[in-house]
Amino acid sequence: MGIYSSLVEIVGKDRVSNSAADLYLYSRDSGAQPPGRADYVVLPKTAEEVQKIVRLAGSEDIPITPLGGGLALSALVVPQRGGIVLDMKRMDRILEVDEMNRYAVIEAGVSQGALREYLKKNHPRLQHSTPEAPPTATVTANTLIQGHGHISPRYGVNSDMIGGMEVVLPTGEITRIGSCALDRKWFTRGPMPELAGLFVGWYGTTGIVTKISIKLFPKPAFREVMVFQTDDIDLLPEAIFEVMYLDLAEDFFLITQEKPDWMNHAFLVVIVSGHFKEEIDFKKKVYKDLFKQFKGRKTIQFVEDLHPAIEKRFLDVPPLAALAADFRQGGGFQYTGAILPIDKVPEAWRKGIEIAHRYGMICSYVHQVLLGNSIMFGFNYSFNRADETDIEKAQMALADSNRVTLELGGMIWKGEKPAQQMVLEKMDPNTAELIKRVKGLLDPKGIMNPGNWERE
Amino acid sequence: MQHEEILHRCFRCGYCKLPGDYSDINCPAYLRYRFESFSPGGRMWLIRAWLDGAVEADERLQEVLFSCATCNNCVEHCIFPKFKDQILQAFIAAKEKMVEQGSLPPPVRDYLTTLYKHGNPYKMPQKKRGDWAADLGVEKYANQAYLFYIGDVGSFDERGVQIARSAAKLLGRLGASFGILAAREGPDGNEARALGETELFRHLAEQNIKVFKELGVEKMITLSPHGYNAFKNDYPELGGRFQVFHYTHLLISLLTGTGISEQPDSGPSRRVTYHDPCYLGRHNQDYETVRQILGLLPGIELVEMGRCKADALCCGGGGGNFFTDLVCSGPETSARVRVREAADTGAEILVTACPMCTVMLEDAVKSQNLEDRIQVRELSELVTEAVFNTGRYHGHI
Repeated sequence: MGIYSSLVEIVGKDRVSNSAADLYLYSRDSGAQPPGRADYVVLPKTAEEVQKIVRLAGSEDIPITPLGGGLALSALVVPQRGGIVLDMKRMDRILEVDEMNRYAVIEAGVSQGALREYLKKNHPRLQHSTPEAPPTATVTANTLIQGHGHISPRYGVNSDMIGGMEVVLPTGEITRIGSCALDRKWFTRGPMPELAGLFVGWYGTTGIVTKISIKLFPKPAFREVMVFQTDDIDLLPEAIFEVMYLDLAEDFFLITQEKPDWMNHAFLVVIVSGHFKEEIDFKKKVYKDLFKQFKGRKTIQFVEDLHPAIEKRFLDVPPLAALAADFRQGGGFQYTGAILPIDKVPEAWRKGIEIAHRYGMICSYVHQVLLGNSIMFGFNYSFNRADETDIEKAQMALADSNRVTLELGGMIWKGEKPAQQMVLEKMDPNTAELIKRVKGLLDPKGIMNPGNWERE
Repeated sequence: MQHEEILHRCFRCGYCKLPGDYSDINCPAYLRYRFESFSPGGRMWLIRAWLDGAVEADERLQEVLFSCATCNNCVEHCIFPKFKDQILQAFIAAKEKMVEQGSLPPPVRDYLTTLYKHGNPYKMPQKKRGDWAADLGVEKYANQAYLFYIGDVGSFDERGVQIARSAAKLLGRLGASFGILAAREGPDGNEARALGETELFRHLAEQNIKVFKELGVEKMITLSPHGYNAFKNDYPELGGRFQVFHYTHLLISLLTGTGISEQPDSGPSRRVTYHDPCYLGRHNQDYETVRQILGLLPGIELVEMGRCKADALCCGGGGGNFFTDLVCSGPETSARVRVREAADTGAEILVTACPMCTVMLEDAVKSQNLEDRIQVRELSELVTEAVFNTGRYHGHI
């Protein structure tokens, strides 16, 4: 039996395609990277179907690439060497919300929007960490690529919020990790050897996660945006330190945009929340007082008449961040997600402006502070998908900002293949070897999303 | 191709396939197929790929394009204000180009051919167009206040005929002055236009406009929101400028002031949920007329579905799919999802104001074995029941 017929036998003919139109679409994403090549697209509904597909891929020695919302933008799940794309979005059940123990068990295809709305309707006191992504992004894929969300400055990155997982290994076994491996509760992933680490940040090269438990957090009744403004970039590290040291912010961004003129400053966007009006008023007062006294006063000013667009941008969860894709009327957007130490912000800020100008773009930043230890510094590039030159410029700008990130001692979040090569080249050789060995151990045939985390 | 310049601007963020609260899938074609190719964003990218020669107009691409139910959810929810209004028009333009090339799925080809040859998709003789009204005493149009345009479904579909009769009888009992065209009526062409058969649409529209003008029509009401949409939005540019209303617009004015809402209400209320037809709602922004009518009726309690008004999930019958069936088979069709959603409200009646929606939803209730929980009614039927058949109304209409 051929591969197509075998796939049809597993999931049914309506859920398999090898037609040119489907393959075209599943061979590319919305970022600036070149297309790959898919041979089959399959839409599984259960872990057992995924298991059978993985075993088929293993026996036929063909690659298999799991896809969530497809919004990483860096072609992480664009197949590089052909094979099967598993579109996981039919696995879209919210299986359980344990309100008392504050977690939700969901299938891999559940979208951010669906979980958020489900919680709003059925468990309004709880929320999950929603990323700066369209609501079609899937919760599971976002945690697996070490994404972060609107409460990350308070509670950590989203991958830290995984309480358990079900994984189909490259050899076909269905495995559970965390308390769900012992009992029916999915409330914690430890204490036990940190097996979740075998699948977080690996981009599907070590297994296909079919379910996760995600931690839920209190949802305060009040939420407000405060914005502070400065033109002295060198003040930013200390300002970030102080905001985070006070430990009263729910979310915290640094933004700027060279056009229009009123946006051409460094803005510190602090989102505060509270269960009580008095609580939020207190937090606002503390932050206002912080910057009144900061560094000889008036160096960082509170923005009294906040532009409604800014307020809406940061109060809405999820925000309409995708609007950046039309900045050049071209539907393209990608960024280097530089995970930087806080003290490197001024240097990165200046370098990022240089890079944007080098390629004829205006600079536009949205950086999210992650706890107090690092910042996701976004070197953002909008481009016109209909203009090959524009795409090339975006690719070159990404390469430059990847280099700057590594020169500054940072790390690259969900980097495209060239970025991964840079990281592997710079990495301690023993670490790179460990990655290779772990991959080889779990995926001896090398069928899982090949091309990622491997040297060319 | 018209609107070609917007295709590359789609980022494929996916808002277009969701309702406003992002809770579920709200695109009938994507819901049915679940391949990204069938989402509005996927369709945008594939049309561009086709125009660039990267993919061919093969069977699959035809299916991708012609499965669009033209429900306008993508236009409603796309977040890019500078081109969102052109999305659906771009899809129709691409279908137009496919029609020109003869690249059509067989059911679409058959529908259009039959429509052209027979003047209706049911292969019925034109002289039988008025048969639905044979024993009702409905007059032919001759300078009454309104022309009542019935359309193909109301004229020939078994269930559609019941709806046409119900609406005509109701309007008659309420004293409306209207006449019908009977054998002089032609198809409105709304579905032909949505399927990209622009020349056929133009031909049908020009025939209708000629008849309307000959008869001195100034004001018309339509049974179907699809016809309402065509006459209101597409006929003017072909010289057909009339005052166009959906029949519910006349109905509410006839009911208002009758005192039916002041009737003393006795007995338990019936819970009703309303399905917004896309061509009344999203296409023409009328979300309130039917709700106001329901508010006037004695013994009716309206409960809303989670997805309603601009967020309503389409029944899947638009864009010619009522006839071509491209998105109407399988367990996850939007009509089936929609009736489950309706039943979950606890309503015993699912009411709508479109003959196509009525048929689609009624079929879905049967296939989902929900007949014991919920029944589908077209609005005129529910109004007739509530006003005349329950014994609750004692006025003098």
